[in-house]
Amino acid sequence: MLTLLFDGVAYGMLLFILAVGLCVTMGLMNFINLAHGAFAMLGGYLTVALMQRYGVPFLMCLPLAFLASAVVGALLERTLYRSMYKKPHLDQVLFSIGLAFMAVASADYLMGSQQQIMQLPDWLRGRTELFADTPFVLGMGHYRLFIIAVCAALTLGLQYVLSATRFGSRLRASVDDPRAASGLGINVNVVFAATFAVGSGLAGLGGALGAEVLGLDPTFPLKFMVYFLIVVAVGGTTSITGPLLAALLLGIADVAGKYYIPKLGAFIVYTLMIVILIWRPQGLFVRLGGKS
Amino acid sequence: MTAQKSLLHAARWQPLELVFWVMAFVMPYVVGQHALIINEIAIVALFAVSLDLILGYTGIVSLGHAAFLGFGAYSAALFAKHVNPDPLLGLAVGMAASTVLGVVCSFTIMRGSDLTRLMVTLGTALILLELANKWGDLTGGADGLQGVIMGPLLGQFEFDLMGQISAWYSLSVLFILFVLARRLVHAPLGATLKAVRDNRLRAMAIGISVTSRLAVVYTVAAGMAGAAGALMAQTTGFASLDVFALDRSADVMLMLAIGGVGWLYGGIAGAVAFKLMYDVIANITPQYWTFWIGLFLVVLVLVGRERLIRPWTWLGPSRGEGAS
Repeated sequence: MLTLLFDGVAYGMLLFILAVGLCVTMGLMNFINLAHGAFAMLGGYLTVALMQRYGVPFLMCLPLAFLASAVVGALLERTLYRSMYKKPHLDQVLFSIGLAFMAVASADYLMGSQQQIMQLPDWLRGRTELFADTPFVLGMGHYRLFIIAVCAALTLGLQYVLSATRFGSRLRASVDDPRAASGLGINVNVVFAATFAVGSGLAGLGGALGAEVLGLDPTFPLKFMVYFLIVVAVGGTTSITGPLLAALLLGIADVAGKYYIPKLGAFIVYTLMIVILIWRPQGLFVRLGGKS
Repeated sequence: MTAQKSLLHAARWQPLELVFWVMAFVMPYVVGQHALIINEIAIVALFAVSLDLILGYTGIVSLGHAAFLGFGAYSAALFAKHVNPDPLLGLAVGMAASTVLGVVCSFTIMRGSDLTRLMVTLGTALILLELANKWGDLTGGADGLQGVIMGPLLGQFEFDLMGQISAWYSLSVLFILFVLARRLVHAPLGATLKAVRDNRLRAMAIGISVTSRLAVVYTVAAGMAGAAGALMAQTTGFASLDVFALDRSADVMLMLAIGGVGWLYGGIAGAVAFKLMYDVIANITPQYWTFWIGLFLVVLVLVGRERLIRPWTWLGPSRGEGAS
């Protein structure tokens, strides 16, 4: 019971790190980016390739995955994405789904279509059990514990950057109203490019962290696109607490649903999403007053 | 020209359209060896036209239109297997089932932003996919529903391996439903739909009941997609989980993007172009064809459809952002 909750939280934290970049880009530029998962896949494959072929230690791979995805994200933002912001949503959907298709086929071509296996370092394997003799037994996989720790640290860091730094206040201003923000002398394009890069980098980091938990094969971007979008749609795009809570809810619901009612599988998650979206079309946790 | 005259003028049948349909019906006879692909094209064209009713005439971006295709396909296949193998009855059942599903789903797309609608439509298709997958006793699960044997069409024409009868059958259904859809979008209802698409608030202000119009057209489109699904199941004798997949919904959007939205022939033109392109690319690289489809999508959107199909404008200055 508690173990499930623990796994759900780990899963949810992972989803949050993967999706947070998407939330900000969607909120900032009203851009529907279905190719976000491709950055996560890039981070995952890079980690696997570095560890297997060059023997780079796991901890070293994580920042590298972040950096690589961020650089690729920044490059794509400058070259391709920028011209899409003003286009209708249909074009954005087509464009980004085309990118996702290309990423899937490229990964297939470069790495093969099989599931990649991640060799975790020894100190991350294994499992600790708390309250072993009580009904509330809590089994914690060390790797999941590690994921929660990393993601919690990142979340706190993000929250700090958003709420207490100058860049954060510029970003919040741009999300609330890009026109007024640029009128006040904030260079919205630069803010956005930086955010896009960091968001892509976080997705890459999440992909590297999640390769072992979520599984990594070329269809990753399409398989998890739905989950990222659920986080964004349910959490709303105006804050990062909304997506965080939505991701935790999704993670716990998914893990618990698959454990208790395996026959229904992902059915529960999708139904939950539709019900929530019919009930609160703008997302569960929406701050009033921003542009919507 | 008065408003009435100009509307009537737009609704009139052009000679070119008649030529097109005559050619379409002659095709399976002339190139009999390609009858199977003509059949496929007719089916996806019907599917694309149905999505165009939603996307092009109301502006709702749906990533889950395959839900109706699949529901129609499974209903028709199950009906043929367990109740009655008559194709026309099965078609009616498939359409009715999808129409009912469309009525239910139309309530889910009324509120929220484009993202919300995208998610809700996508979620519907995924739920149906899960259901069809887990409910294996009825649907055959991941193996697909096999052993659907159809009776002869109208009691006379057996479906043959060459696919000529299938092609004519699908073309006829496509033609009939196309004429109905054409009638619909040129009727006052269609005009109000375009008003809703262009400016929902103003449409509401001049007294158009937005919700009910959207519900009606969504239901009609769902029924048409169901007919496409039923045709697919009947002419292949098979229904698999793949009919609900995201790829289906994405492909049909691509067809509309190629052919142009808000124009019923756009769906047909897009379906023809897409199928032929798919055939060529899949022959060259069977495993990596999604890459080229993806590249094509990206280029299509970046360059703009209007410019892409007019090569002589490529060197000129770019005009008009977001033309399609």
